Amino acid sequence: MEKQKKEHILSLLVNNKPDVLARVAGTLGGRGYNIDTLCVDATLDPKISKIILSVYQDQSAITKIEKQLLRLIDVHSVSELTETETVMREMMLVRMKLTEKNKADIALIIDTFRGRVVTMNGDSCVIEITGTKADVERAIESLKPLGIDDLARTGIVALERIK
Amino acid sequence: MKLKGAEIFIRALKQEGIQTVFGYPGGVLLDIYDELYRSDITHILVRHEQGAVHAADGYARASGKVGVVLVTSGPGATNTVTGIANAYLDSIPIVVFTGQVPTALIGTDAFQEADIVGITRPCTKHNFQVRRVDELARTIHEAFHIARSGRPGPVLVDLPKDVMQATTDYEPLPPKEEEPIPPPKPASGKALYVHDLIAESRRPVLLTGGGIVLGRASEELRQMARRTKMPVTSTLMGLGAFPASDPLWLGMPGMHGTYYANMALTNCDLLIAIGCRFDDRVTGSLETFARKAKKVHVDVDASSINKNVMVDVPIVQDCKEALRSFNKLLADQNFTVSYEDRREWFDMIEEWKRNVPLSYCPSDEVIKPQFVIETLCNLTKGKAIITTEVGQNQMWAAQFYKFDEPNMFISSGGLGTMGFGLPAAIGAQVAFPDKLVVDIAGDGSIQMNIQELATAVQYRIPVKVVVLNNGYLGMVRQWQELFYEKRYSQTDMTYAPDFVKVAEAYGTLGLRAMKPDEAAATLRKGLEHPGPVIMDFRVAREECVYPMVRPGGSIQEMTLGREMIN
Ligand SMILES: Cc1ncc(C[n+]2csc(CCOP(=O)(O)OP(=O)(O)O)c2C)c(N)n1
Repeated sequence: MEKQKKEHILSLLVNNKPDVLARVAGTLGGRGYNIDTLCVDATLDPKISKIILSVYQDQSAITKIEKQLLRLIDVHSVSELTETETVMREMMLVRMKLTEKNKADIALIIDTFRGRVVTMNGDSCVIEITGTKADVERAIESLKPLGIDDLARTGIVALERIK
Repeated sequence: MKLKGAEIFIRALKQEGIQTVFGYPGGVLLDIYDELYRSDITHILVRHEQGAVHAADGYARASGKVGVVLVTSGPGATNTVTGIANAYLDSIPIVVFTGQVPTALIGTDAFQEADIVGITRPCTKHNFQVRRVDELARTIHEAFHIARSGRPGPVLVDLPKDVMQATTDYEPLPPKEEEPIPPPKPASGKALYVHDLIAESRRPVLLTGGGIVLGRASEELRQMARRTKMPVTSTLMGLGAFPASDPLWLGMPGMHGTYYANMALTNCDLLIAIGCRFDDRVTGSLETFARKAKKVHVDVDASSINKNVMVDVPIVQDCKEALRSFNKLLADQNFTVSYEDRREWFDMIEEWKRNVPLSYCPSDEVIKPQFVIETLCNLTKGKAIITTEVGQNQMWAAQFYKFDEPNMFISSGGLGTMGFGLPAAIGAQVAFPDKLVVDIAGDGSIQMNIQELATAVQYRIPVKVVVLNNGYLGMVRQWQELFYEKRYSQTDMTYAPDFVKVAEAYGTLGLRAMKPDEAAATLRKGLEHPGPVIMDFRVAREECVYPMVRPGGSIQEMTLGREMIN
């Protein structure tokens, strides 16, 4: 059980200073753990940033990572966010080439994932899709055959449902 | 009051109670060195920046105070990295100040620029670059606080040149009031549980580490061990915290530990580990380590607990605090146990001791390295501060010098840094000018920071260096002998300088002993000399350190020396 790897989401409150992200990344990277997704911005207090990152590991590795992160002077707190107690979202921007043939299909997919077209330039459009990580991945799969030009993903953001 | 950065630097150090700095100047530090010239802080000019860090580290280990280093930018800063990593792995409180190019030039590959904050990020407890003079004083005080609090460690503060030249309003911190020691905290539920575990245990063992020395919990440990009649074993880093002369003492465990300490760990039914981190050199194979025991682990650093060894009772607490409340609990509960109650366990231990004592084959022909250390221990009555280099010399020192007090054994445990012993001895001697300080060295290691002999001579720091000269990188040769069929690849050190002449060239005394009957006289003469001394002992070339656990093997499966097999 303990040894089973899965995606874990960690939420960190850290000082909003240069170098802090490098310390956090180094603490994981130096021990051979890959950061799969990463999201950072200031909190309501501009001196404090929130880092949300995901790591694909087993539970005992996650416990070690949490303790090592807490050793950093600039890290105030580390908590693991679980699916049941948290809302998790990811946003994707994806640029598509529009043709007479794919237009209708793209419109249908946008509708299915409750996305929207952010901008249109001639035969090129940028679509925004927000959802769970799985939603975003399904959207990519559906759009792929229609010709994706490029895309960018935010990585997971997450917030506890209640305090 | 308007002051320059360099002046604030000196004032902040003085407010931290710093009297001594180990350092080496350079271009970006000229303003600070100019202020030092006027101040009454003692600056010890080392001969290599690595030496400065090890000296500050030795100073800290001997005195329990924070050691301070001051070096220039670029190569001065990068030369400190080994020393910093060494202090980091052994959790030693030092603050390293590095000069830096002016802020406007940072990031331009300016002359003597190195990103030392980036380079030392993974080997410091924390590091800073001071970008504005008005942050300087606060940063310095914070650096000292971080270095000494919780699990101690090295902190680096990078000081750009323009920040040292800029001026700002300076308000000294209000003097800190000594906080009275609070009464022991009431015992937690966990402590009560541990109390019951001890009461039920028939074969308990205490395993202690450097945390007891760093946390000054030696007295509390002695109380607890004696009240509960628990035999004590301690890692290399914790030697001296529990007296080697006490009947409860088992010696060091692990790769080169005593047979009886390893057997006790393997067979105990209760293991209480305090202030140690279960290094692989101590545990051997984790699968067979103390398999029969319920395990309790006390450490200030939560990340040390359940890292290597999974325990039943994790307690994240300062060692001293934990031991104090624990002792109080034992007293309140009127806990008593007699040697008679533990008869069976002590009989087993006695038998292991009888069967495989810590010993070596004496010789009239060649000097045995163990004999040199035994004689040194007798002559100094076990009261010298001992530093070591790394290798066989270090293990023999740990085995054959009997330490009764903490802060007396100063050795590079975590990083295993050859070249640590001499500068560390200098630092320890600076902390205690009147004590006898001896570096037990190998002929390989001593050459790694031999230049610090000039520092010792210049400042009349009377450290004694005992070179166990086997003409080999002995510990590596031992592994080649045991695991690579004696293919001595690149471990012959016969091409070494004449250490007596080296001492003389640096302007101090060098002595040599070739035969066993010269050893004691050489030691006596060397120890009595008022200045620094190098004593060159030509020892048995292919002696091995025993007992030995194969790397990755179980600690109860030890290779023994011929003499140990009774
Ligand atoms: C800086 C450094 N380089 C390499 C090593 C690897 N090493 C460990 S012990 C040892 C041999 C030490 O030889 P010596 O100082 O002569 O001591 P002896 O083992 O002979 O007592 C070496 C090379 C090390 N620990 N530190």
